[in-house]
Amino acid sequence: MADQAPLICRDIHKTFDQLEVLKGISLETRKGDVVSLIGSSGSGKSTFLRCINLLETPTSGDIIVHGDPIRFTTNRRGERIPADNKQVELIRAKLSMVFQSFNLWSHMTVLENIIEAPVNVLKVPKKEAIERAEAYLNKVGIYERKDYYPAQMSGGQQQRAAIARALAMEPEVMLFDEPTSALDPELVGEVLRVMQGLAEEGRTMIVVTHEMAFARDVSSQVLFLHQGVIEEQGTPEKVFDNPDSERMKQFLAPNF
Amino acid sequence: MLDLKGYGPALMEGAVVTIELAFLSLAVAIALGLIGASAKLSDNRFAKGAATAYTTLIRGVPDLVMMLLFYYGGQVAVNMLSDYIWETYEIDFFFQFDPFISGVVTIGLIFGAYMTETFRGAFLAVESGQIEAARAYGFTRWHTFRRIMFPQMLRHALPGIGNNWQVLLKTTALVSIIGLTDMVRVAEEAAKAERMPFHFFIPVAFVYLALTAGSELFIKWLDKRANVGVVQGG
Repeated sequence: MADQAPLICRDIHKTFDQLEVLKGISLETRKGDVVSLIGSSGSGKSTFLRCINLLETPTSGDIIVHGDPIRFTTNRRGERIPADNKQVELIRAKLSMVFQSFNLWSHMTVLENIIEAPVNVLKVPKKEAIERAEAYLNKVGIYERKDYYPAQMSGGQQQRAAIARALAMEPEVMLFDEPTSALDPELVGEVLRVMQGLAEEGRTMIVVTHEMAFARDVSSQVLFLHQGVIEEQGTPEKVFDNPDSERMKQFLAPNF
Repeated sequence: MLDLKGYGPALMEGAVVTIELAFLSLAVAIALGLIGASAKLSDNRFAKGAATAYTTLIRGVPDLVMMLLFYYGGQVAVNMLSDYIWETYEIDFFFQFDPFISGVVTIGLIFGAYMTETFRGAFLAVESGQIEAARAYGFTRWHTFRRIMFPQMLRHALPGIGNNWQVLLKTTALVSIIGLTDMVRVAEEAAKAERMPFHFFIPVAFVYLALTAGSELFIKWLDKRANVGVVQGG
């Protein structure tokens, strides 16, 4: 199959103790899709994103990455766990994540951060990994900071370095978990511009965000989550200009 | 020049024993500390319980009592085991409890318990986001430990390791009572024979001081290296 869906999620449920956070979320992406997940805090959008790369294990539901369904099993306590750690590691390498608080490894320089996973996980030769890293640092506009440690840079620069780290994996899908929420307002723009550039290149991205302008202008698909269910789903025009759900209308109201 | 009345070479040899004992015990303590901390932080109830029992027991009993117990008690235990094996399987199994080995084991066990606490705190001090990023990029558990967890843990652990090391170094003096001819024992014999306590104990005190001062410098240097990427002050 030439144009296999990079990521399919079917009926994802997640329960923490007694609390059901996700109540059946499904998502199908095509190559080049930019999916924005929006909704208020506690709606489950970050949990859903973390289920995709198994930082959280979904209580039920299927995840299929480029035709490869993740296999699950049950442990002695009756909890669902991934059946094959090797498969999980392989899948994670295809879905690189950008975190809200950057999570660059603080004891490594920017360049070391970027080549660490390509060299050790993907087994890319070091020289090639460095060339690749430098190209991506150029792309996000912080090439001259490659030998800095994360703590020596601004939040915006750190997040751009984290995006370069994600790009260096040459992933099937990039996952963004509120990438601008921890930034000072004047630094949000530089990160969003980089992300918009990636979207225009045709990279498949899933973005949890509170930036409504980004969701509206850049996405191909918008999911509005409320209390663990998809309340509204469709093109940005549909979701923002002509929503069916009352919740979505209320959610948008303060923006106007 | 200091006249050591012919005890110079023996004191030198004693100092070497002290240093060997200290380094070997440190290696045992660090290994036990890493194992203990991993056990305490694991989900396995049995491992957790065993590690807690270990630290509670060791930290609650005086070092001297522990050392006597291991050295004398250890030999008795070996003898009993040896008899049992001979009677049951007719296999000849016996070894003599060497004071050096029992010194290393005892000091290693004692400081392994302190190291367990040091490492446990240091592991907990590593930001969870650092580990999460490693998992999210497909690192194996071992790779996460070796490249992310361990180097970041080390900078939190080093001050504690430094403290433990200094106390450990001084605790080695206790082995003189179980018959090991370390520096302290040689000095004690010399001081008794020559009736010159200051003459022999003060140089020994200076050797300890030089060792601890030297290691303090070394640990400072290590600390600087481990804290690479951390912005000071601010």
